[in-house]
Amino acid sequence: MKEMLQQNESITKSRRAILDRLMVMDISSPGLPTPDESMLTHFDDPLGAFVAMLESVGGAVHMLDNPHEATDILNQIDVFASAERVVSLVPEAVQSSFDVSQIKDPHDLSAVDWTIAKGEFAVAENGAIWIDGQAMPHRALLFIAQYLAIVVSRREIVHHMHQAYARIGTPKSPFGVFVSGPSKTADIEQSLVLGAHGCRALQVFLTP
Amino acid sequence: MSVTLPIIDHPTAAKPFVTNGDRSPWHDKALWFVRGKRDKQASTVGEWEYLRSMASQIKTATIANLGNYLVEFERNATALGATVHWAADAEEHNQIVLQILRDHDTKRIVKSKSMLTEECGLNHFLEDNGVDVVDTDLGERIVQLRDETPSHIVLPAIHLKKEEVGETFHEHLGTDKGAADPKYLAEAARGHLRSKFLAGEVGITGVNFGIAETGGFVVCTNEGNADLGASLPRVHIACMGIEKLIPRFQDLGVFTRLLARSATGQPITAYTSHFHGPRDRNSELHIVLVDNGRSKLRHNSEFREALHCIRCGACMNTCPVYRRSGGHSYQATIPGPIGSVLSPTRDSIKHKSLPYACSLCGSCTDVCPVKIPLHHQLLAWRKEIGKQGLLSYDKRISMKAASLLFRNAKVFSLAGWLGRTSLRFLPHWATHHRFNTWTIARELPEPPKESFRHWYAKNRK
Repeated sequence: MKEMLQQNESITKSRRAILDRLMVMDISSPGLPTPDESMLTHFDDPLGAFVAMLESVGGAVHMLDNPHEATDILNQIDVFASAERVVSLVPEAVQSSFDVSQIKDPHDLSAVDWTIAKGEFAVAENGAIWIDGQAMPHRALLFIAQYLAIVVSRREIVHHMHQAYARIGTPKSPFGVFVSGPSKTADIEQSLVLGAHGCRALQVFLTP
Repeated sequence: MSVTLPIIDHPTAAKPFVTNGDRSPWHDKALWFVRGKRDKQASTVGEWEYLRSMASQIKTATIANLGNYLVEFERNATALGATVHWAADAEEHNQIVLQILRDHDTKRIVKSKSMLTEECGLNHFLEDNGVDVVDTDLGERIVQLRDETPSHIVLPAIHLKKEEVGETFHEHLGTDKGAADPKYLAEAARGHLRSKFLAGEVGITGVNFGIAETGGFVVCTNEGNADLGASLPRVHIACMGIEKLIPRFQDLGVFTRLLARSATGQPITAYTSHFHGPRDRNSELHIVLVDNGRSKLRHNSEFREALHCIRCGACMNTCPVYRRSGGHSYQATIPGPIGSVLSPTRDSIKHKSLPYACSLCGSCTDVCPVKIPLHHQLLAWRKEIGKQGLLSYDKRISMKAASLLFRNAKVFSLAGWLGRTSLRFLPHWATHHRFNTWTIARELPEPPKESFRHWYAKNRK
């Protein structure tokens, strides 16, 4: 207890010292800029730009007329057809193979083969899709599954990251992530390898 | 009592790398390739320069009001349920992290890439205290297994060939002897690190951007290691240099567009994760704010802008000296142009040779996404090093002599005559010997028959 108090004191002391050093010297500031929309990238065809960008970063894109077509497309992929554990957070597109709500500890998800997640919106300039952590029972599902599929509406596309952050507004959930392509590394001699720690491949389904 | 290590200057430290077969040209090419990818990305964004200007302005405003923004960040992060710690220096940062680990009785941590924890020497400190630290970024894991340090802030193992990685993995992970296929090696690391992720009790990550307005922070990775490391264990510790702050959530729009494009030539990293408070009621989020010299650097108007750095590594990829000498030659946590500015602010004696590891070409300044005037700062450092009396004896004497020479017309003209005449008669060995390091890779010019002054007097009067 005493040790803890001492540590708290020293943290408060350092806090004071750091802030004192920062406050003691006034520096004039130019103020914060607001991006001028007319200066920023605007795509004539944001959907086309998004698809091209996502493919360039290693993602596969499928256009759907109806969400449930996703299952048919996935069934043609060997690693899906043979998958034993599928967690789908988009039941109208794909069925889960087990009830994920029974799982309390994310460590128990280590054997998940596929996660099917719901994307809130997509970004044309970089192929990123925003996933709200609130829509996930465990955020680890996005990273621990061997393969990831994201279902997102093709009507929900913003041009660039400024619009993306304006759309999120004030973040309401503890976690949110932009996913752009499968996980990758180039740490060995700059050779690009897909599937570092997260998903080995990324399938994106664009619904009406 | 601390042991004083001999100071090794940059050219000496670079020698093994530069003279090691084709290592230097190979390294040069690898980084130039990354620089090329960066150029391609930068040129496809029409408003690139506009973004750079905004980024620079945002950072200038942040550093100017850093105290207020930190207080705002702390208030908002605390309201979200995070615990904010303040560390004045590296030692305190390490103690805080160790204390959190002890409070949870943990011995196994999974760590994602953080140059700040490298700067603080966290790994060795924790290992000395019986904690098993696993670096989970593939490049960092490679250098950790080899007991090396990262040679680049974004590409930690860029100095290694795949055969060397293969050897390391054969020794530590049991991959096939002689195997050097990057795909095979990365797959082996994936399997090896999966087990570490599942066994990790606490996840430590760095921070790319802390947001004062929301109390949250952003971590960018391609591998997904930070995300896995922060989403499995119950406790997440995020270590953040105080300069990593940005004022508003919307400012992320500017920085997420610049960071990956500048760093690796990608439009954005595969994962850009936003953390706002702990995962749930059973989890903990600790944010350690670290000063370690930053507030002092803020007082220095000459070098203040170095605090704008978002650690993209673009200045390294473009630097002709870095590309050829390798990151370890800088003997500092952060190598390359930005490292050569930052390191002497910590210890100008130890790092006095770094501002000279530069041809003043200015390429670093051109590519810097937050417009740090890097080559101007390197030049300013040279002045400072002269002022502090840290120049070597031969440099000091020759500078003094040059100053005398240029101030006195008679001496200047005499020296010119001496040079022209003696160069005509001196044998090669008299000018090219081991004491004259300038001539190691240079020839002296053909001496002209007359001086310009002489020629001018004859032809223009």
